[in-house]
Amino acid sequence: MSLIHEIDYGTPASKSEKLVTLTIDGREITVPEGTSIMRAAMEAGVEVPKLCASDMMEAFGSCRLCLVEIEGRAGMPASCTTPVAAGISVSTQTQRLKDVRRGVMELYISDHPLDCLTCAANGDCELQDMAGAVGLRDVRYGYDGANHVKARNNGEINRQWAPKDESNPYFTFDPAKCIVCSRCVRACEEVQGTFALTISGRGFDSKVSAGMNEDFVSSECVSCGACVQACPTATLTEKSVIEIGQPEHSVVTTCAYCGVGCSFKAEMRGEELVRMVPWKDGQANRGHSCVKGRFAYGYSSHKDRILNPMVREKITDPWREVTWEEAFAHVASEFRRIQYQYGRDSVGGITSSRCTNEETYLVQKLVRAGFGNNNVDTCARVCHSPTGYGLNQTFGTSAGTQNFDSVEHTDVAIIIGANPTDGHPVFASRLKKRLREGAKLIVIDPRRIDLVRSAHVEASYHLPIKPGTNVAILTSLAHVIVTEGLANEAFIRERCDWSEYEDWAAFVAEPYHSPEATEAYTGVPAELVRGAARLYATGGNGAIYYGLGVTEHSQGSTTVMAIANLAMVTGNIGRPGVGVNPLRGQNNVQGSCDMGSFPHELPGYRHISDDATREIFEKLWGVTLSNEPGLRIPNMLDAAVDGTFKALYIQGEDILQSDPDTKHVAAGLAAMECVVVQDLFLNETANYAHVFLPGSTFLEKDGTFTNAERRINRVRRVMRPKNGYADWEVTQTLAQAMGLDWNYGHPSEIMDEIAATTPSFAMVSYDYLDKMGSVQWPCNEKAPLGSPIMHVDGFVRGKGKFIRTEYVATDEKTGPRFPLLLTTGRILSHYNVGAQTRRTDNVVWHPEDRLEIHPHDAEQRGIRDGDWIRLASRSGETTLRSLITDRVAPGVVYTTFHHPTTQANVITTDFSDWATNCPEYKVTAVQVSPSNGPSDWQVDYDEQARQSRRIAGKLEAAE
Amino acid sequence: MSPENPNAKLIYMANQIATFFQSQPAEVAAQGVATHINKYWEPRMRRKLFEHIDHGGEGLNPLVLEAAPKIRRPEAA
Repeated sequence: MSLIHEIDYGTPASKSEKLVTLTIDGREITVPEGTSIMRAAMEAGVEVPKLCASDMMEAFGSCRLCLVEIEGRAGMPASCTTPVAAGISVSTQTQRLKDVRRGVMELYISDHPLDCLTCAANGDCELQDMAGAVGLRDVRYGYDGANHVKARNNGEINRQWAPKDESNPYFTFDPAKCIVCSRCVRACEEVQGTFALTISGRGFDSKVSAGMNEDFVSSECVSCGACVQACPTATLTEKSVIEIGQPEHSVVTTCAYCGVGCSFKAEMRGEELVRMVPWKDGQANRGHSCVKGRFAYGYSSHKDRILNPMVREKITDPWREVTWEEAFAHVASEFRRIQYQYGRDSVGGITSSRCTNEETYLVQKLVRAGFGNNNVDTCARVCHSPTGYGLNQTFGTSAGTQNFDSVEHTDVAIIIGANPTDGHPVFASRLKKRLREGAKLIVIDPRRIDLVRSAHVEASYHLPIKPGTNVAILTSLAHVIVTEGLANEAFIRERCDWSEYEDWAAFVAEPYHSPEATEAYTGVPAELVRGAARLYATGGNGAIYYGLGVTEHSQGSTTVMAIANLAMVTGNIGRPGVGVNPLRGQNNVQGSCDMGSFPHELPGYRHISDDATREIFEKLWGVTLSNEPGLRIPNMLDAAVDGTFKALYIQGEDILQSDPDTKHVAAGLAAMECVVVQDLFLNETANYAHVFLPGSTFLEKDGTFTNAERRINRVRRVMRPKNGYADWEVTQTLAQAMGLDWNYGHPSEIMDEIAATTPSFAMVSYDYLDKMGSVQWPCNEKAPLGSPIMHVDGFVRGKGKFIRTEYVATDEKTGPRFPLLLTTGRILSHYNVGAQTRRTDNVVWHPEDRLEIHPHDAEQRGIRDGDWIRLASRSGETTLRSLITDRVAPGVVYTTFHHPTTQANVITTDFSDWATNCPEYKVTAVQVSPSNGPSDWQVDYDEQARQSRRIAGKLEAAE
Repeated sequence: MSPENPNAKLIYMANQIATFFQSQPAEVAAQGVATHINKYWEPRMRRKLFEHIDHGGEGLNPLVLEAAPKIRRPEAA
């Protein structure tokens, strides 16, 4: 094992197809037109000295180190800013160049501290490397004159000097070591798109400034780490590197946060993780990252992690630590007892969208083959199950149609019900880059998300819909496209069922779908809807990106169909730059769905009633499978309250915190006789558990995650599991305790079984993934390289199916008692229920959930910014602090759900999507009033949680 | 949802499905409801639905009742 060093070509690759041949140091090289001489040289194997250049951003030409000489041309042009030309002959090393470079380096070093031995970048410093490369042997200028290095000059205060900024929890900024190459500033602009950094002053006074000379943490900086990665010196350095030292080996793995699925190099010293650095070859992230994946991994060694299995008779008892053998034997005997007593269908399991494909596959296999029923479900139930249903009905497969690279070809993007800058930050950066290049943006969201207007990005249209009216607005968009003759009839005739299209077109053309008619309940001015529809239909490549603001509604599945209809009617399917793109919430939501986690289907989205599919698994597993669909999570809870469902094995999901109507979830869990929770921490669900099996982190196991673009990425183990077993081993040993003959020696063997049984994975194996880096399913004989874009020559189901989408108002209605509509979302620094991110320094940015309320609504209620307020719905009430903002419209309030004390899901109701039972998180009628402190429920809950977390023989753990 | 009726939630869910298919072309509506329930409802849920239908099916959308003969009736528990 060694440290992976990625080649930096100095400038980005040219996309030109025209080739140019030139000579560099006597070597002939052919490169695309527009390539810089620096990059061409690197491709020819010649490394020109450089400091301000990096292939992550455009050439800048400021450091004057990369000079070259070109035969027949005067002077010494910078090789980063000079493009290649046919037939030129370039010299990268001449006496004149050597002298100039040495002089430049001498000036750099004359204003740089010489504490190299004790410097955190020692061993990873480009300034040091370049001093070596140019043969700098002597610095003739001391620190007596003006400099940025010493706090005092001859006893006087040195006003050019500035102290280290340590405000960011993850990295430091030491201006004394800065060479003002602007790489950080450009990374913030070009890669991240936040524009938080700038160069203030001119000439020798130039310095890097976060915002208006603020410290990093109070500036607009989003802590993505792009600047730290770009910095060639120790000016911007990870605190972990300062504390530990330089890494000695690295392993490429996949982030375990959101569905973007960024590739990282886990840089290690022994088994200690020094830092996570985004990998340039990662095809989802292309070398970029966000604050979560880059820095928020501290939870993996947090003191709250439970490392020993625990058992208790009653949930009111304290936990008792036991051996793994005892825990497995207990679970096996309890599940067998319960099945004997209450019937085979009285038990079930929940797979995790945070665990690997292999682990998820094993849990559903345990349920189907071991428990002998199909009572298996997954957290996708509460997020993207309508995507599965809706896209399957219309296109024939339940997955996004594009890769993330596709956005580079998009001309008009529609973002609906998603907040990518917070939820999917690396995708947002890629989108913003395209928007800065001139692509247009339409945002459909009740809230003014950052993308509506932020640095160098402005949406052409923001349709601020009333929560719950997605179907109405999308059908109105379709109405405009059809009635104004903007439909792409050639595409529809070729790819879709024409008679279904005619039926649908007549339906959407009805006057009651016109923007003028729907304005009354969507709240969106008709002219905006018409303008947006025209732009999407005629603006070139149109791509729709959506999130849980689409799916988590009573009409979630209908909305997904409406999106698919829009893509088909405009012909925006089957090529780069277009498509329907669900932004998946968790790292492996796509994978957990692919792996047969739903109660009605086997891996590869094949219905359980299909005899041929069942036969494949029955033969391999040596069992008879039930042909009846099993219970979905909400149905399990209902059945538990009814007394027919008694035991549940939950791997890596916190249903008590993440599922709607907390009181109902609690009642369901309390009615069960054996709840098994496998997790890193004593999560909220564990308050109702009888057995706790410690889980392992993504750093501690091998496997694969499948991201939102269907990309199967490898997860590679970099340290031993702190709890002793990877999660797949826990499930396997549990299965063995139940008498199943499972003998997987490595997760690759599980993937081999998946490939052997699931046609869309037929060619996937760990060897193949190692060779390819990653692949997007389907990956089989028909598509051996995987499938970056789907439905290229036709839809998976044959002809695309247009489906009527009638708007039906949700039964969750506002009234005199509950006049406001609550909707929910995410914030950048936290992830889902926050179990991981709350156990990192990310709490610096978001220590609590706040309720966003419009100034008008706040004033009516006498609420000031930061006041404690009571938030009540028909389901329950909670308290949290207010945040007054006009991001939300009057009548709408908004909160995040990252902190368990907030208990946002005490408020949300039992309503759900008609097709999939995906809960309606995004619409709840509420009232807001001033409050003095926690609600009775919060007090009781806290006490119950505290009691249920007691471990015999240990001091009470503090949350 | 009225908590008095133990089947209230199930009736509500069935009616939601019927409401969607009601807006679809009439010739496929009832089959759509039946197929959906057959594909996604666990036998316990279908059994309860049939118990309710057998007791008159009060509160059910007529389309659910129309679809009932096409819904797979699970064996009695």
